[in-house]
Amino acid sequence: MTHPQRQLFTVTVYSENCVGLLNQVSVIFTRRCLNIEDVSASASSVPDIHKLTLTTWADRPTMEKVVRQIEKRVDVIKAFLYTDEDIVYQEVALYKVPTSSLLEASRVEDIVRHHGARILEMTPDYTVIEKSGHPWETEALLNRLRSVDIRQFVRSGRVAVTKSPIEYVDIYLKEQLDRQKRIQDND
Amino acid sequence: MNERICGAEALVRSLLEEGTDTVFGYPGGAILTVYDKLYDYTDRLHHILVRHEQGAVHAAQGYARVSGRTGVVIVTSGPGAANVITGLSDAMADSTPLVVITGQVGRQYLGSDAFQETDVVGITQPITKWAHQVRHADDIPAAVARAFYIASTGRPGPVVLDIAKDAQVGMVDWHYEPVNFIRSYNPRPTVDREAVAEAARLINAAERPLLLVGQGVTISGAGQKLREFVEKASIPVGSTLLGLSALPSDHRLMKGMLGMHGNLGLNINTNKADVIVAVGMRFDDRVTGNTAAYAPSAKIVHIDIDPSEFDKTVPSTVAINADASDALDCLLPLVKPADRSQWIESFDRHNRVELDEVVARELIRPQGSKMTMGEVISKVSQATAHKAVAVTDVGQNQMMSARYFKFTQPRSFISSGGLGTMGFGLPAAIGAKIAAPDRTVCLFCGDGGFQMTIQELGTIMEYGVGVKMVILNNNFLGNVRQWQNLFYHRRFSQTPMLNPDFIKISQAYGIAAEDVDDRADLDAAIARMLADDRPYLLNVQIDETDMVFPMTPAGQAVDHVMLSPDCLYNPESLQS
Repeated sequence: MTHPQRQLFTVTVYSENCVGLLNQVSVIFTRRCLNIEDVSASASSVPDIHKLTLTTWADRPTMEKVVRQIEKRVDVIKAFLYTDEDIVYQEVALYKVPTSSLLEASRVEDIVRHHGARILEMTPDYTVIEKSGHPWETEALLNRLRSVDIRQFVRSGRVAVTKSPIEYVDIYLKEQLDRQKRIQDND
Repeated sequence: MNERICGAEALVRSLLEEGTDTVFGYPGGAILTVYDKLYDYTDRLHHILVRHEQGAVHAAQGYARVSGRTGVVIVTSGPGAANVITGLSDAMADSTPLVVITGQVGRQYLGSDAFQETDVVGITQPITKWAHQVRHADDIPAAVARAFYIASTGRPGPVVLDIAKDAQVGMVDWHYEPVNFIRSYNPRPTVDREAVAEAARLINAAERPLLLVGQGVTISGAGQKLREFVEKASIPVGSTLLGLSALPSDHRLMKGMLGMHGNLGLNINTNKADVIVAVGMRFDDRVTGNTAAYAPSAKIVHIDIDPSEFDKTVPSTVAINADASDALDCLLPLVKPADRSQWIESFDRHNRVELDEVVARELIRPQGSKMTMGEVISKVSQATAHKAVAVTDVGQNQMMSARYFKFTQPRSFISSGGLGTMGFGLPAAIGAKIAAPDRTVCLFCGDGGFQMTIQELGTIMEYGVGVKMVILNNNFLGNVRQWQNLFYHRRFSQTPMLNPDFIKISQAYGIAAEDVDDRADLDAAIARMLADDRPYLLNVQIDETDMVFPMTPAGQAVDHVMLSPDCLYNPESLQS
């Protein structure tokens, strides 16, 4: 039996903003022993609707089942499965490096120019550099700065928006308003 | 101006608003205020005091499965809540509507490891349809309304309401409004007409169609529609374990049960069918065996209200996301009558081999030999004119009941299917009898499972619940023994069991009971058991070598069927 190929998937979940939602979603990954690579949670463009973005390495058949099981949760409005081609995505990384090493190595221009990074704060002791981009860009700057000496490094979860011209959540919510009206009319 | 009442009273009134007349429960510290208010409503809300919280959930499951109504459970925090976990998981697997109310410590103590505090929502979220904590009295009526709506609609399931002490004690302006809409949850999807048309095309073109009926048909109340459908199109039917009794056992198109211990014709012909129509079932591994070798020549039409079941284990050609009844309404006018008598007859040919090779061995035994499970179950079924509700525990007693009990009306088979919970039977039978006092409720249970929830004899005693209990006693954990016999070189590790005197135990609870050691006494004992509506226990000594056949061993193709430990069925031999 051949195993389907694993790839990086991005799952976005639109939900009611309620306590324990992340737990409801994460246990579905846990059951199948899927590691969540990163996660971000925030408000969505729609008032009162929350958006989770998670990434995980898995095969497509598994992920299609996972997404349906997420969507089955009563508090979940919609869940979507994407690969990198379907979305515009970004992550943010912060690097804290000793200012002296940075200056010694004369790397400031290289970092700002080549890596498109920004300096958020510079003190005689340390400098905080911010870089937003794709994961490989974060890695590239990380590797560059390793030679300088890194005191702290952190990267955010992925944020993503779709390339599709159709906004499925808006359509779904409109359908639900119609459904609600039909139910009220029947009562 | 609304009446001002405390949260606990609002909870009790909300249950009444939802039509609840019976609750199963057990009091404790964090639910005391609710119990105090229950005391004022005893004339309208019948509380059954179980002997262990697990029993409360299983009893509520039996109640729900027989009646189609939502079962209600009330327990305290901490250990009370922890003891309902098995039942919640069972109800989730078997789509049983439950509202389980757990007390919780006060708001200020949440998260502090307070006395009898446990993270109920966190623990139960993965095994419930919805779990919600209520921290304010004001929120109780709306939470109860939402809980009942979620539990009972769509694919039913268990819901937990974890109610903090402050919410029980706090005051609320009494007002109740049922829920009939949640924007993130559509329990009655509109039937996709194109999918139905495509399904009808496949069915009409089929030469060897097979319909699989699951519990979804029972839940949706679609038994009669299903019958019209299969009669019109002449499609043979197989039932899952939980689908049993959706169609009468003696219907000419009903070919028995699917799966590991199912009927021969169905399991052989599953792999001959060209179209399989699955209604309200989920292709559990106990039905499919090895999915890679399951129904290789069939296009699959899968009708289910839960879209997460599509393509989960078996890929479908057409998926219809709908209530079974709605889908059949749309499908019925589109299917055409056809002559499929040869195909239908082929099931009976295989089943006749099963009758000769397996059923006869089980039912017709030499004089003086020990009794078998099948003959006991079959005799009880006959003695009730096949009108009783059969409740089972888990194991050989369950499979034998599924095979040898016959059904003439729906909601007559109550068993723990998905989770396979030993100890389910006795409390479930109590709940079933309370929900259907006019029906005979027979429990078939092994000696092992009976002792897992044996304390519920106290509940039977206290409320005089007229459950007819049949212990199929082989002094073994029989199903494990069967696997040890077949697959573990007859090394009976931890399966022989030294049992107590069940008659004395029963008598201690004031329940009439008798041992049946000899086949010659069986008929009379069954007659005495069924003579009135009081609880009764038969402890029947069973041959410990009795095994459930046919059997498709786990992981094998569905048509790889053993008729006995040393006989594999060869369907080709039949045709020659």
